[in-house]
Amino acid sequence: MSVWRAIAAAALFAAAPALLAGEIPPDAHRSGYSFMGPDTRAMQDDDTANPGMLFVLDGEALWGKKTGNAEKACADCHGDARTSMNGVAARYPAFDKPLGRPVTLDQRINLCRANHQLATPLPYESRDLLALSAFVAHQSRGIPITAGDDPNLKPFVDQGRNLFMQREGQLNLACTNCHDDNFDKRLAGAPVTQGQPTGYPLYRLEWQTLGSLERRLRSCMSGVRAQAYDYGSPELVALELYLMSRARGLPVETPAVRP
Amino acid sequence: MPTTRRQFLSLAGGITAAGTIPIVTLRPLQATPAMLNTAIRNVVGEAQLRTGRVKLDIPPLVENGNTVPMTVSVASAMTADDHVKSIHVFNEKNPQPNIANFHLGPSSGRPQVSTRIRLADTQKVVAIARLSDDTFWQVAAEIVVTLAACTEEMN
Amino acid sequence: MSALINVPAKVRRGDVIEIRTLTSHIMETGFRHTVDGKLVPRDIITSFTCRYNGAEIFRADLFPAIAANPYLSFFTVAKESGKFEFEWIGDNGYSSTASASIIVE
Repeated sequence: MSVWRAIAAAALFAAAPALLAGEIPPDAHRSGYSFMGPDTRAMQDDDTANPGMLFVLDGEALWGKKTGNAEKACADCHGDARTSMNGVAARYPAFDKPLGRPVTLDQRINLCRANHQLATPLPYESRDLLALSAFVAHQSRGIPITAGDDPNLKPFVDQGRNLFMQREGQLNLACTNCHDDNFDKRLAGAPVTQGQPTGYPLYRLEWQTLGSLERRLRSCMSGVRAQAYDYGSPELVALELYLMSRARGLPVETPAVRP
Repeated sequence: MPTTRRQFLSLAGGITAAGTIPIVTLRPLQATPAMLNTAIRNVVGEAQLRTGRVKLDIPPLVENGNTVPMTVSVASAMTADDHVKSIHVFNEKNPQPNIANFHLGPSSGRPQVSTRIRLADTQKVVAIARLSDDTFWQVAAEIVVTLAACTEEMN
Repeated sequence: MSALINVPAKVRRGDVIEIRTLTSHIMETGFRHTVDGKLVPRDIITSFTCRYNGAEIFRADLFPAIAANPYLSFFTVAKESGKFEFEWIGDNGYSSTASASIIVE
């Protein structure tokens, strides 16, 4: 009996993907939602009370609005977002063949604007880009994250993982020191989460607005007194990709609400 | 890997820094208890302020002072002769003492209002109801704010 | 700028119903400074009114202590079928409106 159990355990161990020291096993992955208090959860749960839904509504209007020299709306190519965009955000950042690198959902929206709408790019963190991105990602709410599955992405996922594990800044802290090794502890009164990016763009009570994962990463970086990477930089995209692949299987919550 | 004291301290330092470094906002003068009293007297006048009938629901420990859910309700039959005319909410330590005034009437049916407020610091919140007989009723609650509001650098 | 309005579509006469509104607004307090020390001018919604078939049933005076994207929930007695009209007024000539209809049986 105990021999069988040992074999079963060994088989399980062999089947599991290699985890680096400190990494959270997939079945222990938890959304930031599970670290929140009941009032903040209630704000996310009710669409008529979730301020992120204001941006989703704005995004829906932009989806149908003709823009750029081509006088085309997103809807002119993609039709009804409820079907065409269903599940899309769950696999972003995705590999772009012509560019030979991963692009985020924000970057994909701007590529569409440049290539198909002949429109100027929307600035990072602008209301319109956040609104469009929230509207598109909202079409994947409830769908498990699968980002990073494309084999072309492997080197970029690895790059992101290296950045996640690498100590940086004057405080010499890596993402992993808090979000793999010390989640569920409380510091300065707030819980340390696993840093699973399930609900971006999301409404942070601190920001009092919607913001991207890149904004969140940049504020973490200035928190450890490191020089934050620029919006859209290859490093931030790689980190975003690694984080999304790390959150594999967790459902998309966009627009999430977080403290 | 066991956590050493140094690791813990550097981690604690990191989190604290994340919460405080970006402060560039110099908070102006806080409202004082005297300002709170003045703001309340502006509404109540010389009338007697009684305790009771009003209920204030705010989480005692809030996750972020920038967006705090709040519900005020009043014990009242809400009839033509006996109803809530208005509800006034004040704070002690934000830059100014008023939060909101809500004007109701017998057609409100239920004297209950919810909104989301900002609390710059751990402080007292006071809600006052004016009834149709022009009596004033109050309740106060102490709220602990774990993260001060307005800490992020403006973009 | 959008608003989210939640009013039950169909109710019985005399029911006490909850009305919830959420609207986009920065609610800039007027107490914050930019990185280079300039005061950011106040820009808030100062007043919200709800009318039910033309008659005011709820009004709120708002101050800088109201969080961005103001949320308000309040109640009323469903008296007759018709329309709720919502109006937000604020600094710098801000004004926005929304409406919702209700069937009372």
